[in-house]
Amino acid sequence: MSATDHSDVTRRDFLYVATGTAAVVGTAAAAWPFIDQMRPDASTLAQSSIEVEVGSLQAGSSLVVKWRGKPVFVRNRTPEEIKAAQDTPMADLKDPIARNGNLPSDAPATDVDRSAGKDKENWIVMVGVCTHLGCVPLGQQGDFGGWFCPCHGSHYDTAGRIRKGPAPMNLEVPVYSFISDTKIRIG
Amino acid sequence: MSGGHSTYTPKTGIERWIDARMPLPRLVYDSFVAFPVPRNLNYAYTFGGILAIMLVVQIITGVVLVMHYASDTSLAFVSVEKIMRDVNWGWLLRYMHANGASFFFIAVYLHIFRGLYYGSYKAPRELLWILGCIIYLLMMATGFMGYVLPWGQMSGWGATVITGFFTAIPLVGTWLQQLLLGGFSVDNPTLTHFFSLHYLLPFVIAGVVVLHVWALHVVGQTNPTGIEIKSKTDTLPFTPYATVKDAFGMIVFLAVFAYFIFYIPNYLGHPDNYTQFNSLKTPAHIVPEWYFLPFYAILRAITFNIGPIDSKLGGVLAMFGAIAVLFFVPWLDTSKVRSAVYRPWYKLFFWIFGINAVFLGWLGSKPAEGWYIPAMQASTLYYFAFFLVIMPLLGLFETPKQLPNSITEAVLAKNKGAHAHPAGATAAPETKG
Amino acid sequence: MKKVLHGLAALSFLFAGSTAFAQEATHAANHEAEPTHFPIKAPREQSWSFAGPFGTYDKAQLQRGLKVYKEVCSACHSMHLVPFRMLEELGYNEAQVKAFAAEYTVQDGPNDDGEMFDRPGKPSDYFPSPFPNDQAAAAANGGAAPPDMSLLAKARGVTRGFPQFVVDIFTQYAEGGPDYIYSLLTGYDQTPPEGMEIAEGTHYNPYFINGKSLAMAPPLSDGQVTYDDGSPQTVDQYAHDIAAFLMWAAEPHMEERKQTGFSVMTFLLLFGVLVYLTKRKVWSNVEH
Repeated sequence: MSATDHSDVTRRDFLYVATGTAAVVGTAAAAWPFIDQMRPDASTLAQSSIEVEVGSLQAGSSLVVKWRGKPVFVRNRTPEEIKAAQDTPMADLKDPIARNGNLPSDAPATDVDRSAGKDKENWIVMVGVCTHLGCVPLGQQGDFGGWFCPCHGSHYDTAGRIRKGPAPMNLEVPVYSFISDTKIRIG
Repeated sequence: MSGGHSTYTPKTGIERWIDARMPLPRLVYDSFVAFPVPRNLNYAYTFGGILAIMLVVQIITGVVLVMHYASDTSLAFVSVEKIMRDVNWGWLLRYMHANGASFFFIAVYLHIFRGLYYGSYKAPRELLWILGCIIYLLMMATGFMGYVLPWGQMSGWGATVITGFFTAIPLVGTWLQQLLLGGFSVDNPTLTHFFSLHYLLPFVIAGVVVLHVWALHVVGQTNPTGIEIKSKTDTLPFTPYATVKDAFGMIVFLAVFAYFIFYIPNYLGHPDNYTQFNSLKTPAHIVPEWYFLPFYAILRAITFNIGPIDSKLGGVLAMFGAIAVLFFVPWLDTSKVRSAVYRPWYKLFFWIFGINAVFLGWLGSKPAEGWYIPAMQASTLYYFAFFLVIMPLLGLFETPKQLPNSITEAVLAKNKGAHAHPAGATAAPETKG
Repeated sequence: MKKVLHGLAALSFLFAGSTAFAQEATHAANHEAEPTHFPIKAPREQSWSFAGPFGTYDKAQLQRGLKVYKEVCSACHSMHLVPFRMLEELGYNEAQVKAFAAEYTVQDGPNDDGEMFDRPGKPSDYFPSPFPNDQAAAAANGGAAPPDMSLLAKARGVTRGFPQFVVDIFTQYAEGGPDYIYSLLTGYDQTPPEGMEIAEGTHYNPYFINGKSLAMAPPLSDGQVTYDDGSPQTVDQYAHDIAAFLMWAAEPHMEERKQTGFSVMTFLLLFGVLVYLTKRKVWSNVEH
């Protein structure tokens, strides 16, 4: 093969590689909209945060609101409930992590870290979905006076921490904040 | 493939293992790699591949749109708008699907015209042609039903008019219309019927396409000379020659398609379809999608009674006849010469037919009044005369030009003088880069 | 024999020719006083910031248009496909959109007592309709329900005719809706030709797509809406602004569409060149 033939072959190979690469890139780019369309759409995202009025909630009463299609328990706890939770030794907890979306992921499951925080310990906000298989637990029932899931018998205490039964984790605390003394924003 | 014997040789152990159990790689190799194609195919022959791409585009965008669409009269229109506004890339997917239908038809019309010009329907390709006609018919049904789904004014009134055709059929007409509608007028059952069938038919089309391609691989492709393949020098392997040429044709076609999607996405649609269907208020002019316009003109050209057939039934018969006549083309054409390249008179009438078809389409968008009516009638007359009079007679009277002996000879004659290639270069085409 | 063929060909030409030329006269059927084709006058083409391959919406104009819609049109016309949250695209921030939404009253419910109740609007709500249903809208407006405005700019388009519709492909003309809306809103001041009968309770407008007059009285007058940005407070300016706003309401993703289009077209062009060169290379050793 002569030298000119050789350079011709190189140029041709470059052309083939470039064309093939363009074809792959183009196909991948064209595929993206077809995948991306399955993610939540703009109208769904617009309802991903809600505001809840909690001013009328007396100590010892709860509220259930729907957030992202799931129930969220908002409870104004009684002093007895708070004390019961605070007095529980950490060693008795099945899941020692707070599972609080507002705190670092390794925060311990103390009562204050499960609640709305210092001075707002009476408030507890949790996603009402059992961490076992997704049933909705019943309030103020079970062996610990907190929540009880009737599906497979998981018992949560007054801070929503799993104490007995098959559920692996404490009830999830969503991202939320008090935007005024009587109003919270979830999500 | 026409040769019958396979040249596939499995190289690795796993290829041999698969080949002995289910020779799919062999089928693909024989059909899309080694398959010999005439060396003189021009870009008019790339529309088959383009159509395959368009079918895939329509099916994929359709499947994805169904994830967001609601086939209920109270929700359909709003759900389409939710796709356009809220769904990620929804505007792109919906515009692709809507314009994709139009571009599918643009490609199919060019494909059909290529077949008519080069006599691709003649023996032994009659079945290939008929399978193509069936695909075209299925496409029309699919396109019509898809247009109903957004539940705009043109959706509902188009469905009203088209299902109204069936009432023209004696005895069973009304029964048939109520069957399609699922009621006495276009309403929720109509929408659910059409939605189900609109989802089903593309897969039926895909099935018939397989038969169409199978038939093609049995008889082999025609070519601009219309002369059958005689020797190995007449052909080239499908890959890389036809593949790369098809790929270029596809990209040019997709570029035009993209131009419409991104810059004038509503050009081929009708503004009235952005108003929700109202069964008590008809738009001023009901027009079908552009790809049905020639047939719509033929329908409205029959304004008179023919003996016992009233004008309504006459119009419907003419319209369906305009499609039905395509099925008989292989036997209506009596010429012994296949390609229009060697048939000067056929070539002339063919181009008149093409212009006439476009003219019919334009007339289809016009109201049935004034001079448009006689124009529709004259155009309709030529449409049928081309198939029923010109095609049979021309074969008997026309003197064709001198045919070359083979594809290779035609290619050499064409390139003589134009290229300074030594004659030997044509004999052994390189097989793989 | 050749004569027969010549005759046939001539005959077919005759058909095509005779139809095209002989009957042009009937077009004059559109009498001045009693026209049969509408609109009587074609919309006047305006220059829009969003026209063309690189067109973008003028946010200040859209904000003015929103004001016109809110203060004038929304008294009768709904816009039920447009949610408040989308107004962020007009350049408002989240708090402004929230405040704007809260100015509206939205019906929600049922509450725990099974009652429907009114509450201030939220960004996720849609523009509330001025009438509870189409029948109420029609009854309050002399039998003709005012059309919803969400898609009006795409739902109105005057047929362009040959050869204009071919030219439109290359000029990317897609502003038929806004041109129509602008022309209609500024077309009320014309006087009908001698002898034309205008139905009681309707208003002559040569740009109306569906007749010689329409039920809607001239909705705009100079100075009616106060602009904060110093733009002229004229009917002409209002008409431009509302038409642009309605185009945005009908096609909110237009900018994204045209920008994506530029990338796609550029890619296809380069890819096309590469494939063409590959094709040339592959076929270079073969006469065809």
